[in-house]
Amino acid sequence: MNTTPAFKPTALVIDDEVQIRRLLHACLEANGYRVREAATGQEGISEAAQHPPDIVILDLGLPDMDGVTVLKRLREWSRVPVVVLSVRDREEDKIAALDNGADDYVTKPFSAGELLARLRVAQRHAQPSPEVSVFHFGEVEVDLTSRIVRRKGQEIKLTATEYSLLRLLVKNAGRVLTHRQILREVWGPTYGEQTHYLRVYIAHLREKLESDPAKPVFIVTEAGIGYRLLETLP
Amino acid sequence: MTESERPNPDRLLAALQREDAKRKRGRLKVFFGMAPGVGKTYAMLEAARRELVAGRDIVIGYVETHGRKETDALTEGLPVIPRMSLEYRGVKLTEMDLDALLGRRPQLALVDEFAHTNAPGSRHPKRYQDVLELLDTGIDVFTTLNVQHVESRAEAVHQITGTTIRETIPDTALDGAEFELVDLPPEELRTRLAAGKVYVPEAARAAAEHFFRPGNLSALRELALRFAAEHVGQDVLAYRQAQGISDPWKSGQRLLVAVSASPTSASLVRWTRRLAGELQAPWLAVYVEIPRPLNDQEQARLSHHLALARELGAQILTTTDDDVARGLLRVAREQNATQLVVGKPVGWRALDLLRGGSLLNRLIRESGHIDVHAVRAEGDVPLLRRPAAPRLDAAAARGYGLVLGIVAAVTALNALLQHWLGYQSLALVYLLSVVMLAMFVGRGPTLAAATLTALLWNFLFVPPVFTFRITGATDLMLFCTYFIVALAMGHLAARLRAQQAAERRREERATAMYLLTRELAQASDFADLLAIVIREVAKAVPAEVALSLPEESGGGPLTPYFASTWALTEKEQSVASWAYTHRQPAGRGTDTLPSAEGLHLPFMAGERAVGVLSLHFKQTGPLATERRDLLDSFVRQIALVLDRQRLRDAEQQAKLAGESERLSKTLLNSISHEIRTPIAAITSAASTLGQARHSTAKEVPWSMVDEIQEASGRLNRLVGNLLGMTRLESGHVKASLDWCDVGDLVNVTLKEIEKDLAGHKVTVEVARGLPLVRLDFVLMQQALMNLLLNAAVHTPVGTEICMRAAAEAEALLLTVADNGPGLPPESLPLLFDKFYRAPAAPAGGTGLGLAIVKGFVEAQGGEVGVENRPGGGAAFTVRMPLSKTPPIPTEAT
Repeated sequence: MNTTPAFKPTALVIDDEVQIRRLLHACLEANGYRVREAATGQEGISEAAQHPPDIVILDLGLPDMDGVTVLKRLREWSRVPVVVLSVRDREEDKIAALDNGADDYVTKPFSAGELLARLRVAQRHAQPSPEVSVFHFGEVEVDLTSRIVRRKGQEIKLTATEYSLLRLLVKNAGRVLTHRQILREVWGPTYGEQTHYLRVYIAHLREKLESDPAKPVFIVTEAGIGYRLLETLP
Repeated sequence: MTESERPNPDRLLAALQREDAKRKRGRLKVFFGMAPGVGKTYAMLEAARRELVAGRDIVIGYVETHGRKETDALTEGLPVIPRMSLEYRGVKLTEMDLDALLGRRPQLALVDEFAHTNAPGSRHPKRYQDVLELLDTGIDVFTTLNVQHVESRAEAVHQITGTTIRETIPDTALDGAEFELVDLPPEELRTRLAAGKVYVPEAARAAAEHFFRPGNLSALRELALRFAAEHVGQDVLAYRQAQGISDPWKSGQRLLVAVSASPTSASLVRWTRRLAGELQAPWLAVYVEIPRPLNDQEQARLSHHLALARELGAQILTTTDDDVARGLLRVAREQNATQLVVGKPVGWRALDLLRGGSLLNRLIRESGHIDVHAVRAEGDVPLLRRPAAPRLDAAAARGYGLVLGIVAAVTALNALLQHWLGYQSLALVYLLSVVMLAMFVGRGPTLAAATLTALLWNFLFVPPVFTFRITGATDLMLFCTYFIVALAMGHLAARLRAQQAAERRREERATAMYLLTRELAQASDFADLLAIVIREVAKAVPAEVALSLPEESGGGPLTPYFASTWALTEKEQSVASWAYTHRQPAGRGTDTLPSAEGLHLPFMAGERAVGVLSLHFKQTGPLATERRDLLDSFVRQIALVLDRQRLRDAEQQAKLAGESERLSKTLLNSISHEIRTPIAAITSAASTLGQARHSTAKEVPWSMVDEIQEASGRLNRLVGNLLGMTRLESGHVKASLDWCDVGDLVNVTLKEIEKDLAGHKVTVEVARGLPLVRLDFVLMQQALMNLLLNAAVHTPVGTEICMRAAAEAEALLLTVADNGPGLPPESLPLLFDKFYRAPAAPAGGTGLGLAIVKGFVEAQGGEVGVENRPGGGAAFTVRMPLSKTPPIPTEAT
């Protein structure tokens, strides 16, 4: 955590449900955030403009405008990390939000622990942090400068594509990446729909890096959305 | 308004009195069937239960359930009048206790088997008489009856089945009765018989086998359908008359006029109409079709007479008999006619002697208590006794030619034979030739042959030869005898031939009717039914056929059916509409819009028209009576079927409405239960925590937090299922198929519900090297989750649940199997139905989970099935089609 005890990050909660706002308020304050609230998209945007927050928690179902629209409007002038709150059966909305610059998403109903972890990851990725060249998860060590991957100290041979996929995951450790984001990043902008490439290479990576590839614990699937690399075991 | 249309006070009073009498007299309702075993008693009891619900006082006078369980169940709750026991020759018999029933005075009594013969010693010899007594005291009666027991149909049944019917009831016992036809297709009845569901006394088993032959059953069914249809028609007639819609007449009298092709018939018809008006009696016009075919002119005249009678309000009937007197009397008795009207003969006809007297004499002699009017033709009718000399058509000409040839040949033969034989013997040779000829040619040529040979024999062979003189008394005797014998033989042979022809025509008609009935019964749906109607009618009459049906089954404007073979012009459509709204035939050959190209016949079901049959004949000239008659039979039969279809649709709709009501009730019940339970848990857990805040006890009941979490999870899942179902119902589930890693799918799914499966032993078998499969990851995950949770909920804790993924040649199989108690076999086909809950399912659950599985899997182009595993337990299998994975470039490490 890069925050000093004196520094209290500001969280802006944009949600139309009073009860959710109240709950989030209590939960966030108890965990060291200063909280501001907005009940509509319009209110949220102006609030963010007047009192730039350190993180935004955005509900997708707002009365006046679509959450994704709010996100797009915010992204026109702000790089503030945004974590989307959404109900489960709207995968396409989540994907749209992520592809439009949201940092992560949390599904309603959510647990406080999960939300706080996501917020931390999002904030961390937003910080201009010193370049970390060696990354660890489980028994795996990824050296981004020498492009060497080791498992239990043994060097693991990866193909070029496997390596660039792993590097993308490592660089975004803790964050969810949509299929499209990964495909465009690793294979190129025209490969956005070639999901089968991704399935096969993720399976390769798990085979080579996970201790039980059938039950992966680090490279996890986000159903219908994409993948996430977990740094530590949940 | 004319005098006759204005309601006359006397008539109104009479109508009121009739109404009153009707009210005082009980109503009889007959559950009518074609044969034992169609379910009459069952239908009667069902109807009685409906009346019971309506709050009527009902008792069972006599119901024989033959120990059938379903029927027995229906009698529950209905009070029963104990039967009375009678001793007859040492045998104890039980009968309905009429006196107890009369003493009890219910509003409605159920009395099974209307035609039953009471045991000796009962008040009445027959049960129907008991029923009439009940009706007389104002008690309504429901009863059951088979067509074979109706007196007027017993003979027909005997002819069909060969069984002699001993228990019959007079048709009059059914007067004013309401009929409910209990119909069952013959195949189904036979199935029921084979399954032992039809009560047959042990002794009569062989006879029953014979009686229940499919052919018999079809014929009986037709008989029953027609009888019931006719009775419905009569009721309507009585009703219409009472309402002053048409001429309001009703008295004990019933007139019948004999109509023929004779020109005097028209005046007979008018005379009868006048008499009927005076007597305020209904009347019938009957044509007895004799074996001799009519020529075109006669045919036209006959059609005209029948149409006239129809227009004047007569009921038209045609029947076939080779003896006019017998045919007329048969119909008169069937129709309960009280007065018979025939034309007065003008001349004397030699052949009457052969028939056993003139038509009139025979009618008078054999009519019993039917009065016979012999009416003189009116002056304005030309006294053309005989029809115009029959045209010498080709067949007759051939007949005369044959006669000439054969007679010439036989004469030549006789000229040779006379050297060896006496001239008397030559007469026998001639006679032989006449008899032989009679078998091949018609009546006229036969008579010609008889005359010719008699004269030739006399002229050529009887001495003195070459004269017509006969000298000896023996020769004279021989000549006269020869002449008479030849004439009689010729006449008899010709009649036999004609009878055979009539028989053949009747048979053709019966066959056509039978085929129609059979074809109609096989129709798979309504469109098929209409196609069959069009096809069969076109087969029966040489015409193009069009069907018009009301737009909605309940009514609405008439629209031509698209698959008709005759496209109705606008004009013809309007004629068809007229026929439909006026419920009368219209168009060519009728008195309404005869200039139309086609004939339009309404399908009448009771008092309603359910459609119109339009025919465009290929030939010109009037339609032969037998064709027209067949057509009428067809139309009646089709109307019945169409009406039944309409009723079935209505019933189906009522059933659907009931079903949806049941569903929404189930939904409300289960949903409120399912929602309230977790809410209750959350509320009570939260309040427990709340109390802890104020209490002094140090221990905070943290377990309440788990309770809240669990209940929330359950609630969340329920809402998910409801949303899923709603999306499926509204058609919003669109699978976005994408290449997926099956192992990953299984793993993610299991991880998601780890906690819920904690009580069970879960094993995972994912085959190695499974290809990528195109599916919707989220939908499939939901489906598998539901299957797994379903297994967890419905099997005892500790049961093994196996999640298996394997590939077949063309499909991926995802199986969730358990080794629990398995499923009741009868529930297997229903398991995926919405709101269905297996009989032994534990409390709770909405019956939605599996329906969603099915919906989601099918949305992805897969299918799901369930079976009980041989070793015990249930196995649900999702089957997804496999397609070739697109190539992925490989690269070196």
